[in-house]
Amino acid sequence: MAVEQSPARTGEQTRIHNIGYRNYDGPRLGRAYARRSLYSQSLRGAYGLGRSVKSKVLPMLLFVVMCVPAAIMVAVAVATKAKDLPVDYTQYAIFLQAVIGLYVASQAPQSVSRDLRFKTVPLYFSRPIETADYVRAKYASLASAMFILTAAPLVVLYVGALLAKLDFADQTKGFAQGLLSVALLSLLFAGIGLVISAVTPRRGFGIAAVIATLTISYGAVSTVQAIAFDQNSTDAIAWLGLFSPITLIDGVQTAFLGATSSFPGEVGPSSGEGVVYLLVVLGLIAGCYGLLMRRYRKVGL
Amino acid sequence: MTVIATESLSKRFPRVTALDRLSVDVGPGVTGLVGANGAGKSTLIKILLGLSPATEGRAEVLGLDVATKGGDIRERVGYMPEHDCLPPDVSATEFVVHMARMSGLPPAAARERTADTLRHVGLYEERYRPIGGYSTGMKQRVKLAQALVHDPQLVFLDEPTNGLDPVGRDEMLGLIRRIHTDFGISVLVTSHLLGELERTCDHVVVIDGGKLLRSSSTTDFTQTTTTLAIEVTDTDDHPDGTRAVREVLHARGIDTHDGSGLPGAGHILLLTADGEETYDLVRDIVADLGLGLVRMEQRRHHISEVFKDADDARDEERKEAVGHGG
Ligand SMILES: Nc1ncnc2c1ncn2[C@@H]1O[C@H](COP(=O)(O)OP(=O)(O)O)[C@@H](O)[C@H]1O
Ligand SMILES: [Mg+2]
Repeated sequence: MAVEQSPARTGEQTRIHNIGYRNYDGPRLGRAYARRSLYSQSLRGAYGLGRSVKSKVLPMLLFVVMCVPAAIMVAVAVATKAKDLPVDYTQYAIFLQAVIGLYVASQAPQSVSRDLRFKTVPLYFSRPIETADYVRAKYASLASAMFILTAAPLVVLYVGALLAKLDFADQTKGFAQGLLSVALLSLLFAGIGLVISAVTPRRGFGIAAVIATLTISYGAVSTVQAIAFDQNSTDAIAWLGLFSPITLIDGVQTAFLGATSSFPGEVGPSSGEGVVYLLVVLGLIAGCYGLLMRRYRKVGL
Repeated sequence: MTVIATESLSKRFPRVTALDRLSVDVGPGVTGLVGANGAGKSTLIKILLGLSPATEGRAEVLGLDVATKGGDIRERVGYMPEHDCLPPDVSATEFVVHMARMSGLPPAAARERTADTLRHVGLYEERYRPIGGYSTGMKQRVKLAQALVHDPQLVFLDEPTNGLDPVGRDEMLGLIRRIHTDFGISVLVTSHLLGELERTCDHVVVIDGGKLLRSSSTTDFTQTTTTLAIEVTDTDDHPDGTRAVREVLHARGIDTHDGSGLPGAGHILLLTADGEETYDLVRDIVADLGLGLVRMEQRRHHISEVFKDADDARDEERKEAVGHGG
């Protein structure tokens, strides 16, 4: 017995008293793993996870605000045994665009301005990852966070629709179209938000600049569209939509995803015009990525 | 074994030459990279990390070419920047765990090594509090921890004592020494304070204006000798007292330097003191000449003066250039 006890005790003692340096000879998972780690850390950060309680408030609140209307609609639809949901899957994000705008304006700067302001960027680049890894991880994480924000209410609607025993094929198609649309929206908005935020280490400026860009462009486009509608120049309405992010998404989903246009008089782009919309959206996404790459190549160390 | 090797390494920016045909070999151990502000120390580190291409020449770190193997190098080395780099709103633990993962450590290993490393650099309970509330000394420790957490073979520490008070500085230097002796990690540490590193380093490389001034082992003199600075008055008999003392010292076979480039140059004599005898000798010589001894002090902290001799002329040139620039 005594013989058995003593090695155990010695082991414990060495564990407690051994404060010497230990070398690490475990695995080093390299660049792709580091990129994934940065992605997941940034994605969690976009909802305040792993950050202070204070930084959780806004993103969580906005998430709830996004989902509550969907929950109410579903509750009403189930209770009244409605034949259809009161809103299309594709329309939902357009209705709640202000919430989405607020989200990207608050989270894009928190994702990139902080690293610039506190000069953490050079630390990242002193590790195996490179500019492209940083940009991709940041871009993908914000786009994912926005997809979660915009897709969650659609899931609520879809589940509700199935509970209300609405037509399965119909609902599934609408749901899929909605998901595609918000995926595109997430990529576009995340790109615009990041490009603007990465310009300045000042978070406040970033927030203001993103909000200004989204509201001014949308305000201008919808005003001019309304004027065009009054003067019956319906051709112009469709083209004008190219000049603000949310109307771009509206145009794409009207042309390709069976959505009802929110343009005045529901005059969305035709499929021909829709191709231009889609190209502009993809071009903007690629452009944002390119600008971010350029920005971070300069930041270096 | 060579840890860092550069060969005619140059880095030219549009308006300045930051590194000028620098060739230097650094072995294992603690190496000090000393030079005034703007000497090119940080530029050299960025090139060695494979982050900034050299204009000319080549460099290898741990046998890997910086031009082509930057990623491999960065996996094996650690880097502590000279500027602040810490987000104030996260705790040291969270931050270092994240940086460990960025170096490729799996989540569990990252947490374990973070706890170990923070303890080794001397951060205990405070490691769970947000970094924003830390003192400069504690922040420097966090910066050091993130550079060590992945157990690199070599760390680059860029001005780690910057902003620290004398006590904090001594603690940091002690820690740096331990990085090599206890952790077995080679260190390249920079300082703009000439001489601050002499007790910490096995080897000191002095650069100035991007050029190599001297690369030599510190053990030669730091263990047995210190530099003595003497200033004497002039008398009618000896209108240039400094010169008179120098001549007597030379006659006795003791070398002196004139400390050019330093405040009071020309009036100060620097010599290598071998022990108490040197002090007595100087005192006697000054007394014999009938001069007044204005000061006689130890200058352990001016390694550059020991090095300078042959490089005085070049140094002078640079000082002028700097003068014009400022
Ligand atoms: N990105 C840069 N562009 C232009 N000049 C630079 C750049 N980085 C450093 N320099 C210049 O190169 C010289 C060396 O700088 P640096 O390596 O930072 O010196 P040290 O770290 O020794 O103080 C300085 O004159 C500095 O102004
Ligand atoms: Mg520097």
